[in-house]
This record gives sequence, structure tokens and C-alpha cells, in this order.
Amino acid sequence: MAASSEIREKLRKKRRALQDTLAKNKNEDDIQALVPSARFNMDKQPTAMKEAVGSDEDPGETLRRTLRAQREKRKTKLLEQSFVQDEDVGEVSPTQYNSPNEGPSSRADDSVVFTRPPTGSQRGVSVKSEQPSRSLHLDTFVTRHLQEKLRAARSKGESLQQQETSEDSSEPVSRLQRLKDRDTITRFDREAHPVSSRRHDDPLTLRTRVKFQEQAGRVEKDFPSAEEAYNFFTFNYEPDQPSKPESKSRMRQKHRDGVEEDDRDGNRQEEAEEEEEAEEDEAEEDNQDQNEFQSEEAPLVRNEDDLFVIDHSPQDFVEVRKAEYVGLKMRVQRDRELLFTPSFLTVPTSVKLPENMKPRFLEDEGLYVGQRPAVSMTNENISENRILKMAEGSKWFGDDGKILALPDPIKESSTRPPLFHMDEELDPALQTVYRKTMKSQYANLYIAGATDPEGDYQLDVDVSGLIFSHHPLFSREHVLASRLAQLYDQYLSRQQNNLTGHLTEKLNGLRKALRNMMRIHGEQGSSEALQHRISEYSLEVRNTRQLRDLEQEKDRTLLRSIIKVWKEIKSLREFQKYTNTPFKLFLRRENVDRALDEWEYEGEILKEVLELEAESEEQHQKKLAEYNKQLEDWKLWRKKQKAKRRKKKKKKKGQTQDDTEEEDEEEQDQDETESEDPFEEDPVKPEVPERPGVDSLERWVREKASRIRRKPGEAILIPELSTSGGITGNDQCPRPEIARREDVSRRSLFIKILYNHKEVSRTDSCSLSTDFRVHFGQIFNLKVLNCPHSINLQVFEEIGSSYSLLVQVFVPVPDPSVVTGRAPIEEIEFSSNQHVMFDHEGVGSDVPLSFESDGSNKLTLLTSGKLSCCVSWGVGEEGVPLAPPLSQHPAGAHRGPGHLDAVSYIGASGLYDMKKIGEWAIQSRLDPNDPKNTSIMHLLKVATSGEVTAPDYFRLEHLQEEFNFVSDEEIERSKRFRLLRLRNQEAPEFRNYKFVPLLEREVSDKVFQDYEKRLKEGETIDTRQHLDPHRAVVAKYLQQIQESVINRFILSKHHYQLSDLVIEEEIPSIGILGINLFKLAESKRPLKPERKERKKVTAQNLSDGDIRLLVNVIRAHNIPIRKPQSNKPGQSSQSAIQGSDWYLSQVQVRPFVEVSFQRTVLQTTTADGPNPSWNEELQLPFNAPNGDYSTGSLQSVKDEVFINIFDEVLYETGPSDKSRATSIHTQIEKHWLGSVKIPFSTIYSQSKIDGAFKVNTPAVLLGYSREHGSTSVYDQWRSTQGGTFIRLFITVEPQLMPGESVRQKIKEAEFNSQEDERLLQASEKFEIHAAGGYPDRPCITTVIDLSGKTVFITRYIRPLNPPQEFLDGFPNNPQEATSLVAQYVSLIPSLPDQVSFSATCDLLSTCDQFLTLLAGDEQEHAVLLCNYFLFLGKKAWLIIGTAIPEGPTAYVLTHEQSGYFIWNPSSGQFYEKGDTFCPLQTVGCLVNSDNVWFNIQKNPSPLHTNFDITKAKMWKPFFSRSFSHPGLSSVQPEELVYRQTDKAAAAELQDRVEKILKEKIMEWRPRHPTRWNRYCNTTLKQFLPKLELSRGQNVAEGHRVELQNLLGDYRISGFPLHLPFSEVGPIIEAVHSTGVHNIHSSTVEFALAVYIHPYPNNVLSVWVYLASLVRT
Amino acid sequence: METTSNSSVFLLTVNGQIEGANFPDYDHLYCKYCYVYGHDWAPTTGLEEGITQITSKSSQSHKLIWNFPLETTFKSTNPSGWPQLVVSVYGPDVFGNDVVRGYGATHIPFTPGQHIRTIPMFVPEPTWRLQKFTGWLLGRRPEYTDPKVVAHGEGREVTRVRSQGFVTVSFHIMTKDMKRMGYDMGPMNSSTVQSATSSQSGDAQ
Repeated sequence: MAASSEIREKLRKKRRALQDTLAKNKNEDDIQALVPSARFNMDKQPTAMKEAVGSDEDPGETLRRTLRAQREKRKTKLLEQSFVQDEDVGEVSPTQYNSPNEGPSSRADDSVVFTRPPTGSQRGVSVKSEQPSRSLHLDTFVTRHLQEKLRAARSKGESLQQQETSEDSSEPVSRLQRLKDRDTITRFDREAHPVSSRRHDDPLTLRTRVKFQEQAGRVEKDFPSAEEAYNFFTFNYEPDQPSKPESKSRMRQKHRDGVEEDDRDGNRQEEAEEEEEAEEDEAEEDNQDQNEFQSEEAPLVRNEDDLFVIDHSPQDFVEVRKAEYVGLKMRVQRDRELLFTPSFLTVPTSVKLPENMKPRFLEDEGLYVGQRPAVSMTNENISENRILKMAEGSKWFGDDGKILALPDPIKESSTRPPLFHMDEELDPALQTVYRKTMKSQYANLYIAGATDPEGDYQLDVDVSGLIFSHHPLFSREHVLASRLAQLYDQYLSRQQNNLTGHLTEKLNGLRKALRNMMRIHGEQGSSEALQHRISEYSLEVRNTRQLRDLEQEKDRTLLRSIIKVWKEIKSLREFQKYTNTPFKLFLRRENVDRALDEWEYEGEILKEVLELEAESEEQHQKKLAEYNKQLEDWKLWRKKQKAKRRKKKKKKKGQTQDDTEEEDEEEQDQDETESEDPFEEDPVKPEVPERPGVDSLERWVREKASRIRRKPGEAILIPELSTSGGITGNDQCPRPEIARREDVSRRSLFIKILYNHKEVSRTDSCSLSTDFRVHFGQIFNLKVLNCPHSINLQVFEEIGSSYSLLVQVFVPVPDPSVVTGRAPIEEIEFSSNQHVMFDHEGVGSDVPLSFESDGSNKLTLLTSGKLSCCVSWGVGEEGVPLAPPLSQHPAGAHRGPGHLDAVSYIGASGLYDMKKIGEWAIQSRLDPNDPKNTSIMHLLKVATSGEVTAPDYFRLEHLQEEFNFVSDEEIERSKRFRLLRLRNQEAPEFRNYKFVPLLEREVSDKVFQDYEKRLKEGETIDTRQHLDPHRAVVAKYLQQIQESVINRFILSKHHYQLSDLVIEEEIPSIGILGINLFKLAESKRPLKPERKERKKVTAQNLSDGDIRLLVNVIRAHNIPIRKPQSNKPGQSSQSAIQGSDWYLSQVQVRPFVEVSFQRTVLQTTTADGPNPSWNEELQLPFNAPNGDYSTGSLQSVKDEVFINIFDEVLYETGPSDKSRATSIHTQIEKHWLGSVKIPFSTIYSQSKIDGAFKVNTPAVLLGYSREHGSTSVYDQWRSTQGGTFIRLFITVEPQLMPGESVRQKIKEAEFNSQEDERLLQASEKFEIHAAGGYPDRPCITTVIDLSGKTVFITRYIRPLNPPQEFLDGFPNNPQEATSLVAQYVSLIPSLPDQVSFSATCDLLSTCDQFLTLLAGDEQEHAVLLCNYFLFLGKKAWLIIGTAIPEGPTAYVLTHEQSGYFIWNPSSGQFYEKGDTFCPLQTVGCLVNSDNVWFNIQKNPSPLHTNFDITKAKMWKPFFSRSFSHPGLSSVQPEELVYRQTDKAAAAELQDRVEKILKEKIMEWRPRHPTRWNRYCNTTLKQFLPKLELSRGQNVAEGHRVELQNLLGDYRISGFPLHLPFSEVGPIIEAVHSTGVHNIHSSTVEFALAVYIHPYPNNVLSVWVYLASLVRT
Repeated sequence: METTSNSSVFLLTVNGQIEGANFPDYDHLYCKYCYVYGHDWAPTTGLEEGITQITSKSSQSHKLIWNFPLETTFKSTNPSGWPQLVVSVYGPDVFGNDVVRGYGATHIPFTPGQHIRTIPMFVPEPTWRLQKFTGWLLGRRPEYTDPKVVAHGEGREVTRVRSQGFVTVSFHIMTKDMKRMGYDMGPMNSSTVQSATSSQSGDAQ
């Protein structure tokens, strides 16, 4: 029940407040109106209280209470009527209950009567303080009635106690004793609570004692002065007076009551009175005590009292006794007394509530009660029990018997609106706005170097004093006196300035000069200049005269007002019969010579009059001139008018009237215009200016003179203000004045000094003297650390122990030059708008005040005054000012603290800007001699002295240079540092350079040779090596692109991911977990072993020899077989056809595989037959370039693995002569049959390669045929598929981490893109989704173009024209054209991106770029091929998938009538969909110009893939209905322009290549002579163009036959190699790998022919025909 | 490389031992150590890598004692890339799986004399709570791809680690020709060393 406790609380407060007022105004009577009698209880009281308190309570509460009160009132009435007998009981108990609340307040009323302060100064307040109490008057009739009774009863008591009061001083003890006795009695029957009564009693007795002491002490201490004593005894105590009328009125009221209130019986009234009386007695006493307490500081008294007790205590003396044993029982008992275990049983409600109170349930009454916070029952019980043990426990409980509790503050639901758009963008209104942080004004304001010992700055604040020009305690006289003083000050200062004198003299001088001039002028006649000067002079004279007059008038009025004020003071003093101020005004008369004075006076007037006359004359002349002019105008106008009118009149009237008209007109001169012609605005006839009369002028001058000047002959009055007057003593003053004076004397002032809004010191408090001056005279030395911003002096007025802020004075922060001793004391005026009002003579502040008797002419004065103080910087020893240097010292608010700090002023970036620094230095007035500023000064000197260009850096520590070991140039020159630097820059040559020599001289110049060469090469193109200028340019261009791309990625390369550093198990899905569990049950050694996943190793911590390349050569199919050597062309074929026995008898072929990698060559054993099975593992060591095994480096390894298939041929050479019979010499020749080339980068990125590879066999193999014919098993595929296949498994041991992570990082690197952000996001999502579902299927939606921008892949697909000649060549055979186009595409050299761009990323160039660069990876080939096919009208798609050996690659899919065909763009070959030897292994996605479809079929191999992209179950389109194709335009050009290749250049190239190859072959055979069969050469040369034409098909047999025919007895083996041309290097490499040169037979001859066929756009097809001829 | 053969080098000899470790929660641990050094450094003698025996806590003390000797000599031409000793501690977990218990690294002290280094050990934290659990269950906790990364700064920002315990290593360091090459390795605490070096330098001159 918060309400009731609230009431109680308020009552308590009220009581306290009342007591307070009582303490002040002890003659308070009317307050009792507020307090209903104790007798009049219960029902009335809440109502009364409601009135008192109601204002600040909520209406519901009030309403409720009134209702309740009324209800109870009715109840009591009933009770009263029916059970008169029971009343006693019924009423006493409520009284008890209420007593703590009302008792004191009712008691308080009476206090007035008994205790009276010795002085009566505070009486005046009573009227004022009555007001609030009156407002609290209860208006209910009953209340008044009861009050009356109460008063009547009390008046009896009063009279009784009045006697006591008089006796009080003489024999207080006896009285108190009596009171006490009586009190206890009453109390016991009133307060049933023994404890509380006892408690109450004790202090009471003590207090009485105390009171005695107090009284005694007072008598001794402040022996009252005679005046006081007099007052004490003579004054009429006002409270006595009202008591009489009051009692009278009470009587009257009582009468009325008697009439009006019949229902109340006298008996009851009497009873009430009695009780009231009893109560009052007690109340009185309490009140007395309380009053004492209020006035004499209660706690102190109590202490004294304690001392008093102790004095008498015998236990103070030390006593020794034996240790006391306390029995267990005893101790338990004691413990029980002290300790308390709260029970957790529920407390009955009756205990918790005040007696006779039924619990109320507010909720049941229909009032809102908040939900209580949940507390467990036991806890609540415990705390209730605990609280009940406490003394004032009951106040913790509400009306419903529960512990008071605020409603549960926790809300069930959030009040904040929920945000639904978590992933989408926030509502803009809810978007957080970034605001720049603002620096606190006071942050970083320390004076730089303040911590230094030399930097201790001292600010001296000298507060000398305070003078009030107005103070609320001013009496009227003071007001006047201060005004007088002010006027007198003014007078003095005017006197000092003597402006009047000055001006008079100036005037005289001017006049004299003017007169002189006039004289000259009069003699010589006027000149223009002189005239002008004269007029100027006269003007000056006039102005000066006016000024003088003004000043004189001021002087005069000042003097007058001084006298007036003084008179007012005098009259006031007379009126009030005392003086308050010591001011006295003397008027000193200075007599003057009357005659002289008069003469001067008259002279002055005369002069003035003359001047004025002249002036007015001049003015008159001017006016006259003006008038004349105007008159002229007017006359002219008038004439016109007349003429007009005449015409009119003539028409109207006859001639007869003309004369009269004339006259009339003459008369009507002036008003005619108005009357006759109201329409026209006519000029008024000007009036003739009046000549001002001299008389009037003189009169005016005289008047003015008498007003502003002393009358001639009158004595000069000189006021002199002295403070010699005496002030009337207190004893002669009336009481209000005495009160005022006392008030003044009680006040004291002190000043707080606030530095930067923090109090640093305060003055002693000095009492206010009667003249309202306070002298402090204190100097405060402030040690300053912070920059001074404000120095603030706060003037506080202290009354008793409380003080209030009177006024604040801000003192300006002094300049550093203002130093103690030299600084003058300044007077700072202040004023405050406090409103103060007194009931004594003090005039107050902000209160209207009038000195007139009728109260008019009010003026309002505000507290104001002057504070004299002085703030200056201290002076240290040796007279050094302790002020901060000027630059560090903000002189005022307009110069912000930003000037202090260079960085904050110009900003960090500005530090590099010399100009800004210079500006700042000038603005902040840096002291150039300050050692702290040397660095900046130094810098500025460098910057401003033009000859040195300012460095483009800013050094805060300019001494840095001195710490440099050597100059930068020297470091540049040092080879060792260069080496270190280059290594740090990761220049390729030095990336892994080890052991940079320790000493400079040990660094050889050779080290840099390679590097410098490379740098030089970068600039010049070695055309010789490239053979073709175009390719050289292209190569350079590629290199540039590569560099730029590498630079782009150099940062992302150093971005590490967690997976790069930490090996962590992936989170197993439930399925995997299940499988793992299932695996536990598996047999440990399964019959079908599977390859285990090997642990991947990051390449970083590897060294040479750690990595091996494992090549598992398993088997081969369809290896060409030897043909029988026959001279006759027809035979072999015949024999081949003849039968199988030939095959069986003859060794068909003995193939072996040779694997070469990085100059290591290993070979397998030799197997037999065209379908050999080797199943051998070859291990090749791997060395990374420069020993750098980092991922990036490994990815850029360009080495390729060559897998060559050779036929081992044994020839019996002619047996040597010696051992012909015993031994046969055989010679082994190996004949190259074909090769497979696998780049290492593919192996690295794939980590393993497993599959059947098509062996790249030459179109013609001399001496070999592919036709086996023996078995029919292979017939089926042989017919369609003529290739040789080898099955290989290649991997790297240990397994290296593939460069996948690098790719991801590239994605992170975030290329800028012109694609729509939405599209990019969608594509990312699509790819992630694809990778999630089918990790092994590549999915590409975006690629990066050559400029490094992300482009959507469909933009690359667009029909593009192939070279026209291909189309023209076979107009009737589209099939032919198709294959021609495919071949053309395949002839463009392939350059894997991963190699060229060091595995940074896939760059996809557009077709025109591709054709210009003539290099690209499979994707570019595929795109071009696809575009060509589209142009040819085929349905074509790009297949993104994986193939062997390329790995992720791109193929082209075409749809024709016969079905789907898959094209390998880099070889130009096509495969049917069902071809098992198709190198394409998985189909990831299809791309055309409209869409991208991801393969979501079960089996991704093309064999099993359904290419019907319309089926949604099999292909997932990128652009679907939900995300439609946004109409992406193509990045491809509209048309490809081809230029014809220069055939002559091709021929030249052909010759050069041939020459180089021949040289190379000879080079490779250093120990054997290499003979060239020229005839064969030419023959071969003839073959080659045919091969080109037929694209290497179906010509094999012809060659051999032809050759055989030509050459006869030679064993010929040879083959043509077909290569796209990029550089010579690959051709040489290819030739070398065939091993033709390895035939060491002495009779061997070689033949070599090169043919280069040019295609448009410099695409060159290179044919190399190699043959070895052994004469048989 | 060819320049190293006849160029001037200085030598750093590291003797010492991996004394022991303080892993409050684990027992039966062994320790691997290796050196990480810059381009201009090469070990000339001694083992570059090693693995200690498994040690168990005694009943009295909770310290793991290995007392495993280290003895390596490096030659170098450049103090940059001063060798660091990288130690990684492994031991069986509850299920007997061998898991890593801590990685740590310290620079080899560069002043000659005896030094004792206490290396704080840490392990990488799993990325996910679930991984933590499965890692614990399956005994496959996150490990550094290479313990040597703890000697480098690059890329470490992507990892989160948890501290595990301490390994104490004592070193006895000797250097040769450092002073002659112009590298002052701080005050020599004994006069004999000083005189030795001075005589050496005198010889060299």
C-alpha cells in the first residue's frame, strides 16, 4: 500500500516543515488551522491531509481516499450515536495510532506562546508566512468547529503556561519537573506502547536538563547588551495580542457552533477538551524541546548530554576483575537476544498491518495494481519476518499486508519494432549514420611541455575586494547614498576631464580665427577658397558651440542631481531619525567677481547671438533663393493656367463678366488651385520666408544660458563628498533598521575561484561591513597545467551555514605579458537578477522601490557592484615570468585550441604540404628561438629558401639524417644492398638467392648480369630468335599483360586463408558419419583395394628431390605395326592381305615407352605387339625452378612430360669379320611412333591424371601401318577410330596442394566489373550451388577479360565469320568447310593461361584479340570455334568440362542431323557423342549466347549425357523465369577482319626453320657425321603441301611407295610432324623428342623437309617431314 | 651459391637442451624441434630437426622432462633471418590418438653465453564448435600445415589459437667472427672472451 505510507511520509515531512517554520517564527498561531485536532481524528484527518497534500498526488488516489474517508466518517457517526459509552475506547485507540503523525504537529502550534527569542527582529515575517497556511485552511464546517473547541481549551492552558514562562528563567527546573511528571502520566495512558513511551521519555528528561544548561549557558555567554535587554523587557510581544482576539473569535464561533451543531452533545465536547488539554501539555513540552533543538543545534546538545551522563558513570574507571565465564545456557540465551533467524513461515496479515486495520485489496476495489515481480514464497516470508523484527517494520507493508513493491519492470515483449529485413537493406530511416568523431574541446589542451620542470606556469589571482553598488540589504538611505556616490564619482571624473573648459577654449580659438579671416576677407574681397574656408570655420564653430552647450548642460544637471539626491538623503535622515551612511555633502562656494562675471556672461551671449544671427541670415538667404526659384516656377505655371481658363471662360460666359472675373482671380490667388482644379497637382505658391527676429534669438540664447549656465555673479558650487558623518548607533534605531543591520552583520561573503570551470580555491569568508564593502585582499597562486580558458570568480553570500551564489564574474585570461606586480587591479562590474525581498528596512533586490510619498516613480534595483581583482602571470625567481609562451597560449575563444597542435590544425595529410605548415607556423606565431620548434623552423627554412626543393616528405625528427649511416646514394651503389633489395622484391633471379655475401667486395658483378640482361631484353625484341616480327610483338604484348596481371595479384598472393595454414578436419555430415560408422564393420583387407587419398602437402616446405613424378604406363592400343620391307610397292599390301600367318611369323612391333621430363629420360621395358601392356611405374625426379617450391612457382612450371612410344627395331648388322661364325651383331634402332605431351601444370593442378590418351601420331609413318587386319575384335572401332591410345596414370608424389586456393584468392581479389551487381551475385550463387552439388563438374559463368574485368561468359558467344577462303573453297561441301575451320582454329598455338600467367587466373580474350595474339588456351579456341560454327549455321554450344589430359577445359558441342558431335578445339578433331575415346570426361555446363546450363545429370561423361537442354531435370539454366536474361550485349566484334598472310614471308620462314632444324640435328649428333639425302629432301618437300591439303589423311601409303621408287634400296623410316607455329623452340623440341637423330648407324642418311602453309591472319601450319634412310 | 665457398661467414653454435615442459593437463608427450632461418643461413653441423622421446610426468612433479640435447652450428652471412627454434609438442589424447599439444617458437639468443628460454605453446583452434567436438572425438585436431609457420608472421592473422603450456629450453651460444664482421653482440660478460676475440681480430688484421 504505497498510498498510505506516502501519506505518512508526507505527514512527517509536513511536520518537519512546520517545525522549521516554527523555529523561525515562533509566534505562529494560524498553522494550527492546518492541523486538525487529535481528537478530531480518523474520519476528518485524511480529508484534511488530502487538502494539504492533494496537490501533488494523483487524482485517483485522492478520490479513493475521500471516498474512504466519507465512508468511515459515516461509520463513526453511527458509532458515536449508538455507543456513547464505547467512545472512550473507540477513540483512544485511533488516537494512539495517529499520534505519531499528528501529535507533534498539533503540539507545534502552541510552542509560540512559551518560548520567545530574546530579540523581536523576526516579527515582521509573520504576516507573510501566514499566507500559505491560510490557503490550507480547512473549509469544512466540522473542522472549524472542532478547532474552535481546541482553541478554547488551549487558551486555558496558555494562560496557565504564560505564568510559567515568566517563571521560566528563574526556576525552570521546577517547572520542567512538573511538566515531566504530568507528561509521563498522560503519556502512559495515551500511548499503550511501552517501548516507544520509554524511548520517548528518556530524551525528554534529558532535554529538560539540557534546556537548563542551555539557559544557563546563554546567560553567561551572550550577555545581552543593554539594548537587547531593553528590547526584551519593553517590547510588546505580538503573539499576545492576537491570542486575545483569537480567543474572542473562538468564543464567538463557539456560540455559532452551539447553534449550528446540535447533534453534538456537550459531554463529548468537554471530553474532547480535556483530552486536548492533556495532549497539549505534552505537546507544549515537546515543542519547547524541539524549538530548542531548532535554534541551538540539536546534535551538539545531545552530545553534551552524553558527556554529562558519562561524568557520573562509575564505569569510567578502570577495573580489573577475573575473566568471566559465561555458561552455555547463558550464552545461548544471549545469542538468542542478539541473533535472530527469520522463520520462513507465512506471517499472518494482522501482524503486518496496523491494528484494527483490515487488509485492503486495491485490485478488488477496481484500481490498477501492477504485477509484482516474482519472488519465491519462502523468500518473501523470510524477508517479511526479518522486516517485522525491525523497529519501523510496519512501514514496509502496504495496506494489503504485503511488502511494498513496485510493479515488475520487465516487459514481456520488446518495445522496439522488430526488424524483418535482416538480409535485405535496412529501412533508410533506420540506417546508422556515420558521423565523424568530434574531439572534445578540452581534450589535448595541456600546455606542451607543462610537465617539464621549466614549464611550470603560475597564474596569480588577486582578489582584493568587493563593493556593492546595490545590495538587497541596502536601506533606502544606502540606495540614495550609493547614487550620490556614483554621481559624485561622475562629477569628479567630469571635473577631471574638464570637457566644458576644453570646448570653450576651442570655441574661442575658432572664433578668433574666424574673425581674423573675416577681417582679411573684408579687406581683400572674397575669393572662392576663402569663402569656402570661412563657411567651414563657421560650421565648426557652430558644432563646437553645440557640443559645449551640451557639456555645460550635463555639468549643470549633474550638479543639480547631486544636490537633489543629497537633499533627499537629508530629508530621509530627518524622517527616519537615524543615519545609515557616513556620507556628507559639502557645497563649497566660490565667490566670483560679479561685474566681471556678468560682463563675460553678456559677452558670451552677445557672441552667440551674433553668430546665430549670421547663421540665420545665411539660412534665410538660402531659403529666399529657394523661394524665388519656386515662385518663378509657380508664376510660369499660373500663367499657363490662366490662359487655359480664360479660354474656357470665354466659351462659357460672355465678355461682360470678364472684368469681375479678372478681379476674382486676383483675389483667389492662393486657394484657386484647390478650388478650381482639384484634378491637377499644382505647385503651391511658396510663402515668403520669414526673417527671424533678432529679439527672439536673443531671448532663446538667454533662456538656454540660464538653463545650462551659472547665473552671472552666482557663486560657483563645488560639491565635496565626505564620509565623515557618523552612523546612528543601533540603540537609536527603530527595530526594522536594527533587524536590517543585524542581517547585514550576519552575512558574509566569500569568492570561489574557478579555473577552467573547476574550483581551485576560495577566499576566506569575510563579513559584509555596513558600508557594503568587503575586503578580501587574498592572492592565489595557481600552478597551471591546462591552458587557461576561463577564470571565473563566483561570489557567494553566506548566511549562517548556508550560502548561495550571488554572482559570477568572468575574468579575462591575461596575456603572457601581464605579470604580477605590473598588472593593475581591475574593477569588474557585476550584477545579478536575484529577487530578494525583506520585511525589514532592507530594500531588497528586483523589488520596486519608491522614494516618493505617494509611491510613484518606482525604480527597481538589482544587486550589483564592483569586484576588484587582478589576474596575472606569476613571476619566478630571477624575474622570469611564469607564463606559457605565446604560441601555446590561446588568448581567447576566437583562437581555438587547434592552433596549438600542428596536426590538428592542418590535418595529418597537411603535414606533407609545406605551404600549410608555413601558414600554420605564421598563424600560431611559432617562436623561432624555442628549442621545441626547431624542427619545424628548420623545415620551413628549407621549404622557404627557394634554392633547395622541399622534400616531399615531412619529418618530425629532422635529426634523423644525422643517424643515417651512409647517404642514400651510397646505399644505392652498394652491391650487397642491391642484392638484398632485389631479393626482397622477389625479382625472379634472386628470389631464392642464398648467402648474400657478407662483405661488399665478395659480391661479384656477375650476379647481376642475368638480371640486367633480362631488363635490357625487356626493352628490345630479339627478332632473330622469334623468326617472325609479328610473333615477337605478340610475345612482348603477352609479357606485358602477364606482368600487369601479376602485379595485380601480388597482393592477393600474400593473403592467407585458414586452410593454407591449418589443417582441419571438415565438418562431417551425418551421412559421412554414418558411412564412417559403417566402415568400422568393414573387413580390414578388402579384396578390391582402392586408391587411398593421400595426404596433401603444401609445397612450401619442400626441397629438391622431395618431389617425384610417378608415371604409370599401363598399356597401349593400336600401335602401328611395321610393314615388311619390300622393294616392290604392290607386294606389301598384297602380303598383308594374304593371311594371318604372316603376322604370326613376323614381329609386328616391339614398342616401348620413353618418358622424358626435365632432361630425365626413363623408359619401360619393351613389349610385343600392337597392343602392349607394360604396367610399369616410372619415377622421375622433379626440380622446381630456382628451388622455389611455393605454390605459385610450381604452377608456373612450364615443363612438359613427354611420353614417346618407340618401336625397338633390331637390325643385324653385317657380322664382323673376326667372329662371323660365332656372333651376330645387332643394332638397335628406335623408331618414333608417336607421343603424348602432358604439361606439368596439368598434373599439378589435377594432382593425378588417369586415362587413355590419344597418342599424337604422325599422319604418315614410313614403314609402319596401322592396319592390323588380324583380329576382328577391333574392327568396329578401328573403322571409326584410327588413333593409337595409351593408358597412363600420372601423379606427383607426394601429393601437392593444388593451386585451387590461389584461384579462390583471385576471386577474393575482386576484379572490378561492368556487369550488373545482381548478375554477379547470381552467378556467384550459381557457381557455389553447382560446386556444392557436383564438386567435380566445372561451372563457369563469369570470366575475366584481358583488361582484368569480370565478364559474363555468354557475352563471348556470337556468330563470327571465318576467313572467307574457307567458305569459298568448298561451297558445296559444308562438312569440308567445317573441318577446315576446325583445323584453322587448332592451328592457332595453344598457350595455357595457367602457365603464361603463372596460374593467376583464366583470362579470356575476345576472338579478335585471340587472333591478334595468336595464342590462347582451350577456352579461347573453343569460343572461336563455337562462334565459327554458329556462323556456319550450326547449333553449337560451348562445353565447359574436364578432359584428359587438359583437365578443366572447353570443348564445342554441335548438333547435327546425325547427332551430337564434340569438337576438341585445340586439335580440330571431333567425336561422336558415343565415342568412348573422346577425351572429354565430364560435361560441366553448356554455354551459348543466351544462357548457361549446368549439368545436373547423374553421370557427367558425354557418353551418358543427354544434351537436350530443354529438360529441366537434366540441365539447370542460369537464366530462368525468375531471373530472366537481361539482354547482355556481346563483347565480340561484329565481324572479324582477316588479313592475308604474306606468302613470301612464310616461304622465308620456311627456309629459316629448315636451316635451323638441320643445324640442330647435326648439333645433336656431335660424334657422327650427318649426311643429308638431298634427293629425299626434295621428294619429301613435295609431299608436304599435299599433306596440308588432305589434312594428313589417306596419303600414307603413297609416300612410301613413291619414296621407295625413288630411292630404291633404303630402309626408310620417317614421318611428318604437323605443328601450329608459334616459335622455333617447340618445333625443335618436337623434332628432338622423336629421337630420329639417335640412329647411330654409320650408313644412315637423313632427310628433312619443312613446309609452312600460311593461313589468314598469320596462322601458320608447319609441317616437318623427317626421315632416316639406311642403306640396306 | 658459388660465392659461399670462399666468402667470409660467421658462425653460430647452438648447444643446449630442450629441458622440459609444463603442460598441466597432458601427459606422455614428445616434442619435435626444427630450425627456421633465413636465406643467408645454413646449418653446417648437427641436426636440424629432431624428435624427443616420450616423457611422462612423475608422481611428485608435474613437469615433463625431456632433457633432449640440441647441437647445431650455423653459418651465415647476414644476421637477417636469425635462426629460430620451433618446437611442437605431441601426445596421445583420451582415445590414444596422437594429437598436437602445442606449437611454439623462439629466436636463438644472439649473445654468447647461457640462456634459458621458456616458450609459450599454443594450438590452433577449430573453426566451429562442431569441429571441436568431432576433432576431439576422432582425434584429429587442427594442425598447422607446417610447424614452421609459427616462426613467421605472414598469414598468421587468419588463425585463432589457444594457449597450452610452456616448454623450457636452455641454450649455450657461441659465435665466431661476428665481431670481426662488424656485428657487436652486446656486452661480453667475461674478459677472457673479450681477449680471445680481440686476439682473433688482431690475427685477422
